[in-house]
Amino acid sequence: MKLDSLIPAPLRKPAKPGQGNGARGAAPADLKTAPPERPSDAKKLADRAAEAPIDVLAWVDQRTAASGFLTGMLFRKVPKGTNWFYTLGSATLFAFIVQATTGVFLAMFYTPSTTQAYHSISHINNEVFLGQFVHGMHKWGSSLMVILIFLHMGRTFFFGAYKYPRELNWVIGVVLLILTMTMAFTGYLLPFDQRSFWASVVGININGTGPVIGPYLSDFLRAGPELGATTLSRFYAIHMLLVPGAIIALIGAHMYLVVKLGTTAPPWLKAEKPKVAAPVARLDAGANGNGAAPSS
Amino acid sequence: MLSDGADKQNGAEATGRPERPRPRPPGYFEGESITRRRAFEGAVHGLGGLAAAGIVLPAVGFAVAPIFHRGKERWEAVGPPGDFVEDTYRQVVFTETEGIGDAGKTTAYVRRSSKQLDEEPGKFVAVSNRCAHLGCPVRFVEAAGNFICPCHGGVYDFQGKRIGGPPVRPLDQFQTRVRNGQVEVGPRFSVTSQLEPVRARDPGEFTGGIWEYLYPPRPSTFPPPSS
Repeated sequence: MKLDSLIPAPLRKPAKPGQGNGARGAAPADLKTAPPERPSDAKKLADRAAEAPIDVLAWVDQRTAASGFLTGMLFRKVPKGTNWFYTLGSATLFAFIVQATTGVFLAMFYTPSTTQAYHSISHINNEVFLGQFVHGMHKWGSSLMVILIFLHMGRTFFFGAYKYPRELNWVIGVVLLILTMTMAFTGYLLPFDQRSFWASVVGININGTGPVIGPYLSDFLRAGPELGATTLSRFYAIHMLLVPGAIIALIGAHMYLVVKLGTTAPPWLKAEKPKVAAPVARLDAGANGNGAAPSS
Repeated sequence: MLSDGADKQNGAEATGRPERPRPRPPGYFEGESITRRRAFEGAVHGLGGLAAAGIVLPAVGFAVAPIFHRGKERWEAVGPPGDFVEDTYRQVVFTETEGIGDAGKTTAYVRRSSKQLDEEPGKFVAVSNRCAHLGCPVRFVEAAGNFICPCHGGVYDFQGKRIGGPPVRPLDQFQTRVRNGQVEVGPRFSVTSQLEPVRARDPGEFTGGIWEYLYPPRPSTFPPPSS
């Protein structure tokens, strides 16, 4: 059994009764007289290879019990009338994944320093292989994500999907919207060109117009009374460390509640009438010849 | 506590038998006011809270510290007094924020104080080009004698008072002095609608009257000149 020794013990298939080497259980009587043809090593290898994926999955599933959760999530019932509008949430999630992926690769070339930020962006755009493409995906994808969030929000609102018992998911969604706007705001400064500089100046000043705490909020955002070197690194940290973590956690909570509570049917579908037995037309007592003649 | 709700539900009362005395918990003594379990619960939560605060508070303080930090006062020479006249402005560019290169530079419009406008003689007026609406750079238009903002159409008169558009107060100014035969510009300050100096406010924030409390002065700004 050379082959079996190559396979880790947990993945090894237990021998069926009568197929062992005799260590466990006795061989059937007929084996002693006419041993059956033994399968070739190649055939055993092929059989083993064919079952390997299932073996691996079964090994994982036995230890995580993931299959119950996954079948529950992937094969859950959705209401009648579910249509393309219901894909807007997934589309938003996909846009976020695109942002996260392209953002990781942009971070490999970007320098969050006031003197080098602009040059590192122009290096990405002009010299790095496919740099303009990845930067473009990130830049335009952010607008796409904001648009998709609002469409998703509109769908939820107009379909009445925010009502009991889904109010908490609406609240989480609003927080996700605010966090996404924070991402868009902080990301805008990072190229550190004229447009992003002045847009951030204006944005921070709009924050500052809130009474009482506004002035302190803008000092916090700028890390000082004027937009400076620390502002850029602060925005960078918020943009790529603080907010993405919060967004990922809240997306998890958002999707858990979607699976847990299910989706709503579109409002134009009327509730089905309950299926009870239709009332049988009362037969006249005399009609079947068993009773007295109708009295009327 | 000698018995809890579950005991009452499943035990003596449910069967109707009288409650039997239950054994004392370990460490029980006559007249104890708190059980061991509760005392340890409280201690563990308290210590955990202390440990969490020990990590969170410094981190938060680190992030908000810049609000309370005031940088060094900075003065920069912009030219000899003879360069400036009473009836028009001269544009000067100087560094307001150090360490970020050209992005830290700002523009001021400087002139001599004017007798016609009832200003204190012998002084220099340095008007910031930062629009009091949302911080765009305004430009002094010589022909009109006004400051005009390109972003949202704010208009200010010769002294920097708002005469049109969305700005909420006059243009900021910088302190001025003459040292070593040079006019120097210093810290920024804001003014009320009567041009009385107050501590620097961010654009978009009103000054004067009750607004001094609704938009409180920030510790990161310098006191206004006393005049």
